[in-house]
Amino acid sequence: MKVRAQFAFVFNLDKCIGCHTCSVTCKNVWTNRKGVEYVWFNNVESKPGIGYPKQWENQEIWRGGWEVKNGKLQLKSGSKLERLLNIFANPDMPEIDDYYEPFTFDYAHLLKAPLSEAAPTARPVSQITGEKMEKIHWGPNWEDDLAGEFESRARDANMAGLQKEIYKQFENTFHLYLPRICNHCINPACVAACPSGSIYKREEDGIVLVDQDKCRGWRMCISACPYKKVFYNWESGKAEKCIGCYPRVESGMPTVCSESCVGRIRYNGIMLYDADKIAQLAATPNVQDLYQAQLDIFLDPNDPEVIEAARREGINDDWLEAARRSPIWKMAVEWKIAFPIHPEFRTLPMVWYVPPLSPVQSAIDQGRLPTEADGCIPKAEALRLPVKYLANLLTAGAEAPVVAAINRLIAMRSFMRSVHVEGTPNTQVLTAAGIDEATAREMYRYLAIANYEDRFVVPTGHQEVTLEDFYGHQGQNGFTFGNDSSPGISPNSLWPERRKETVEERDPVPSAD
Amino acid sequence: MDLHLIVFGVYPYIALATFLLGSWIRFDHEQYTWKSDSSQLLSKKGMRFASNVFHIGMLGIFFGHLIGLLTPHSVFQALGISDMAHQYMAMYAGGVFGLMVIIGGTLLWLRRLTNPRVRAASRWMDINILGWLVGTAIVGFSTIFWSMGHAAKGDPTVMLRLAEWAQSIVTLQPNPELLRGVDWIYKLHIFLGLSVFLFFPFTRLVHIWSAPIGYLFRAYQIVRARRTA
Repeated sequence: MKVRAQFAFVFNLDKCIGCHTCSVTCKNVWTNRKGVEYVWFNNVESKPGIGYPKQWENQEIWRGGWEVKNGKLQLKSGSKLERLLNIFANPDMPEIDDYYEPFTFDYAHLLKAPLSEAAPTARPVSQITGEKMEKIHWGPNWEDDLAGEFESRARDANMAGLQKEIYKQFENTFHLYLPRICNHCINPACVAACPSGSIYKREEDGIVLVDQDKCRGWRMCISACPYKKVFYNWESGKAEKCIGCYPRVESGMPTVCSESCVGRIRYNGIMLYDADKIAQLAATPNVQDLYQAQLDIFLDPNDPEVIEAARREGINDDWLEAARRSPIWKMAVEWKIAFPIHPEFRTLPMVWYVPPLSPVQSAIDQGRLPTEADGCIPKAEALRLPVKYLANLLTAGAEAPVVAAINRLIAMRSFMRSVHVEGTPNTQVLTAAGIDEATAREMYRYLAIANYEDRFVVPTGHQEVTLEDFYGHQGQNGFTFGNDSSPGISPNSLWPERRKETVEERDPVPSAD
Repeated sequence: MDLHLIVFGVYPYIALATFLLGSWIRFDHEQYTWKSDSSQLLSKKGMRFASNVFHIGMLGIFFGHLIGLLTPHSVFQALGISDMAHQYMAMYAGGVFGLMVIIGGTLLWLRRLTNPRVRAASRWMDINILGWLVGTAIVGFSTIFWSMGHAAKGDPTVMLRLAEWAQSIVTLQPNPELLRGVDWIYKLHIFLGLSVFLFFPFTRLVHIWSAPIGYLFRAYQIVRARRTA
């Protein structure tokens, strides 16, 4: 057992209102630079739809993620040699138009235009060429709230196995928002595909980062990530991706997308997992078993053996405490209401989703839908959203776990309704869904109330452990000798004298005990 | 000292020293700029053919020159490769790979100039170096016609002198006199080729140093620990 801690997320789709506050805050903080105008580390898609970039879920096009070949885990884009042979022109690389051509508007014209009969207009301007654009053909959220023709949106890979024609009819339309960020996977395909070894997973919190100095722009990560969440900065020629807001997380704060979420749908917390099991579990033969496989890789933070092993790995006690209080652990493992997105990609993603319920209130009011005993809350199978669609999205098509989760969510609602409306707690519904009253009340607290301290349990990164001499770094943040992103150490430097470690050598202070 | 001695006795060292030191300094100080600078994101059309043909051609040309010019004459003799056979190999291999560089490079160069997106993202040196490489390859390809003339007469001396000169440069015993009287086309090609080394550290060509062969031998996953203890 090799215990590692992972900074993980749960997004509660049931409460996402598609306001894009997460996208906009992220954009303003991290990707408002040249070369990444088209990049959204965080985006919110309207589903069903082909998303951003177009058709990202369809790995027949991009060959992203992993597959099991002859019992062995291998990237879908082939062997390492195959990738090197494709290095001069990556055949699976998306093009800018698969995202959209970034644009702004010629606002200055509104002020500069001479007096004219017709009002002046601000024409769109390409942020790549600087030329005026005749027409904007696609954008970061072109399908917002089911915009566009059904045929186009129905190319959504999750529509596989569904009677598309039925959902084309207005009465049967369904819709959910899908906010997406980098999944900071336990078995990341981008890291595995990087020829220069510049992408890495941080040992202490599992955040996946691109070493900007070491990236050579071979762009294999762009196509290898099945979620298309590694982007190519066309100005710098480097790969860029969601950094999990690590400067915030290290300081014990949630990510900026999570904190700014007005619907309180985002949860940040620590999960412990067994790094020795990655290769074996990611290679689970049947894709529908991958959800269970990922549950199996997690370690119980209350288990004394796990605690002992974690301490041996140098994981701090407050991280173990955070893992015990982790909202991710509760939702994913204890209550089993959250699921990894597209587990069939075999990357073991660490952003999990609570499925939306999407009831049809008017139909219930008219008594046209089968409901639970309370007569108010419809049965899982009678929801507007086809369970099959959710299963395609979250469990590689296995419907049973999704139905069970929805039933638990409905039972919790029904129970709380009986408490607040009827005044007489009805625990029968809970028993049917397999949860007890205490769990239901806790679920209610986490999902409906969603207090800040319940949503975000983020321990600080321990600089005092990772730095040899943390006092030596006082007052130096942002000021380094040499390049800002460089560690300042290079044994083969032409000027080794000038470029030494930031910290001067000195005798370490004896520890207090 | 005449121009001949400066171009074929001094210039090679200026070019090679700039190539080596310049690369080192750039890697040391500006590693963030060390990249292939791909523009595939902006335009993918035709890249599969053009880029592959160009790059494979370049690799063939580079290693062809390296082996053909710098292998000591005695080694060829020991292997039983006659000088004429050596010359024919150079002509055929150089012809094929050179043509690949010319075709692929021209397509890439036209793409760089005419595709509005790629053009907008191109720096002056990107357009320059690609044009220079293609030009050098065209001149290099043209030398084959002169070489054919030599071969028809069964005379490999020019080729031998070129190789001997190249070896005199890298062994630090420069002998520019070897190139005196050699046809101008070879001299022009040598000058253009040496200049590529001079420009090298100031262009995207630095990505050649980082050919990721090590990838084949490493584990898939990389985990970095910050703990120093």
